[in-house]
Amino acid sequence: MVMEIVCPAGTPAALRAAVKAGAHTVYCGFADETNARNFPGLNFDRDEMREGIAFAHHRGSKVLVAINTYPRAGDEAIWHNAITDAKTAGADAVILADPGLLAYGRDRHPDLRLHLSVQAAAANADIINFYADEFGVKRVVLPRVLSVPEIKAINAETKVETEVFVFGGLCVMAEGRCSLSSYATGESPNMNGVCSPAEHVQYHETGGALDAKLGGYTIHRVGKNEPAPYPTLCKGRFKAQELTAHLFENPVSLNAEQLIPQLASAGVTALKIEGRQRSRSYVAQVVRNFRAAVDALEAGQPMPKGMMARLSEGGATTAGAYKKTWR
Amino acid sequence: MELTVGPNQFFWSAGDWSSLYQGLAATPVDRVVLGELVCSKRLPFYQKDIPEAISPLVDAGKEVILTSLALVTLKRERKMTDELSEMGVMVEVNDLTALASLPAETAFAVGPLVNVYNEGTLRWLASRGAKRVCLPPELPLSSVKVLCATGAELGMAIEVWGHGRLPLAISGRCYHARLHGRSKDNCQFACEDDPDGLDVLTMDDKPFLAMNGVQTLSDTYASTVFQLSALRDTGVSALRLSPQSTGFANICTTYRALIDGADPLDIATRLAEIDPSARLSDGFLTGARGVDWSATTAAE
Repeated sequence: MVMEIVCPAGTPAALRAAVKAGAHTVYCGFADETNARNFPGLNFDRDEMREGIAFAHHRGSKVLVAINTYPRAGDEAIWHNAITDAKTAGADAVILADPGLLAYGRDRHPDLRLHLSVQAAAANADIINFYADEFGVKRVVLPRVLSVPEIKAINAETKVETEVFVFGGLCVMAEGRCSLSSYATGESPNMNGVCSPAEHVQYHETGGALDAKLGGYTIHRVGKNEPAPYPTLCKGRFKAQELTAHLFENPVSLNAEQLIPQLASAGVTALKIEGRQRSRSYVAQVVRNFRAAVDALEAGQPMPKGMMARLSEGGATTAGAYKKTWR
Repeated sequence: MELTVGPNQFFWSAGDWSSLYQGLAATPVDRVVLGELVCSKRLPFYQKDIPEAISPLVDAGKEVILTSLALVTLKRERKMTDELSEMGVMVEVNDLTALASLPAETAFAVGPLVNVYNEGTLRWLASRGAKRVCLPPELPLSSVKVLCATGAELGMAIEVWGHGRLPLAISGRCYHARLHGRSKDNCQFACEDDPDGLDVLTMDDKPFLAMNGVQTLSDTYASTVFQLSALRDTGVSALRLSPQSTGFANICTTYRALIDGADPLDIATRLAEIDPSARLSDGFLTGARGVDWSATTAAE
């Protein structure tokens, strides 16, 4: 079977572009704190979701709705309503991370397909099977801490479908297990659906250097005329002992295009592209490239080479934890 | 209100590890959670000493709980997790994998690295047999309040992070090994020289974080010294104190004095005397950011 390409859509226009470019599946979220890309100007209101899903279904594509932040105590109804509204809009599945929300989905909408978000960081077969037994989860998005052989071993031990990230932003920490951002800025992926948010970013020129600060912490310093990378916390430059370096991760993004054949033989069902904050033309181009890759694989032809390099952040990419030496 | 000692997050020598638990028997704490939380490669160095550490604590009337790993990926880690319940003490789940491997109907505790953000998750955990939950340190006081009310309804004890460097993130990658140009599989135990984690500074030399193998902690030591009365009002039943290499027994005694009614300002002074280099924070509970410290904000 052809591997499923799962594409991001931050706007209805991006959804239509992804579907037209050949996405088997699109994922998106409501324009509020219920999803992990809660950025200004992004995401779907209820009408847009219904229309977007209808458009995708008409062209044979599926739509997954991400409701993958952790509901705030006392305000769970906001998240519960999002699940109900996704179902009413015709979503093919919802992507959840919070156990309380999974229990809600299981109890209130037993015929709604549940996917386990990467934000739940389910990193071994035991816990994946547990989510399946407990909540009826049908697919898990694997955290970016696993190597290809480990993914293969997981697939040998579970009937739950696996979806893996192949392109775009790269979390260095186990997803959903990180509060670096709220420590420095007050806002986090788990609680607010944002990481290293732009309103806490400041750039300062001092002497010949340009400092990038997040929450008042200087985590990048470049020469005045060098490009200043966005100060994402885990990809900043820091000092420890005698060393000044990107101690956690370089400002790279993930590109596992060359690993697609290995991921296929590891039993992976779907390939996920990160980037709901990206433009529709970016999304369309990434989709076309990955669709060409999986179609080539299916036809027994070699992978197209270097097709994604141009689209990567700052040009630098990594295969991340898929190669064991990354750790 | 009770005091719980959390698992030691750092890699100490077997001797230092044992001394910590020998010393705790005489401190006024109610509960001790021990075992390996951060990295499975550290466990063999002190695994055989665990039963010996447990007995005197039990004899001294402390409840003893065994923690799971925070992130379970490898086969031997799954096996390790499977075997936790064989020790005959309650297990603290810090990765839901540990819950998956507990025999049905087993009572268990939930640690701060499980994402318990709301009533729905608390109810689900109760239905699975959870008896007590230490909430994630990231939660604001408003959430703690709601969760304590739900916990009371469910007969579940709610604990919060009381003192210590905050566990902010866990990764598949070992940063100590990376710092030394090694990979995790060939780390040569680069973390063993940093009993409280290795300071990570910003580009303008401001203390910010601490690295501890695959874990990233805050530079600041979170402290509930100025939050105690608010936490008591919400119904929090225990504070968690996280082991550190400087004056930990003293810290335990100091928090007991706080609970017993000592003036928070005096307690803050005592804490500063015990570990003069420690910067404190309580921003996750009441501040705009986790790193904030209410005493500074109040002074401004």
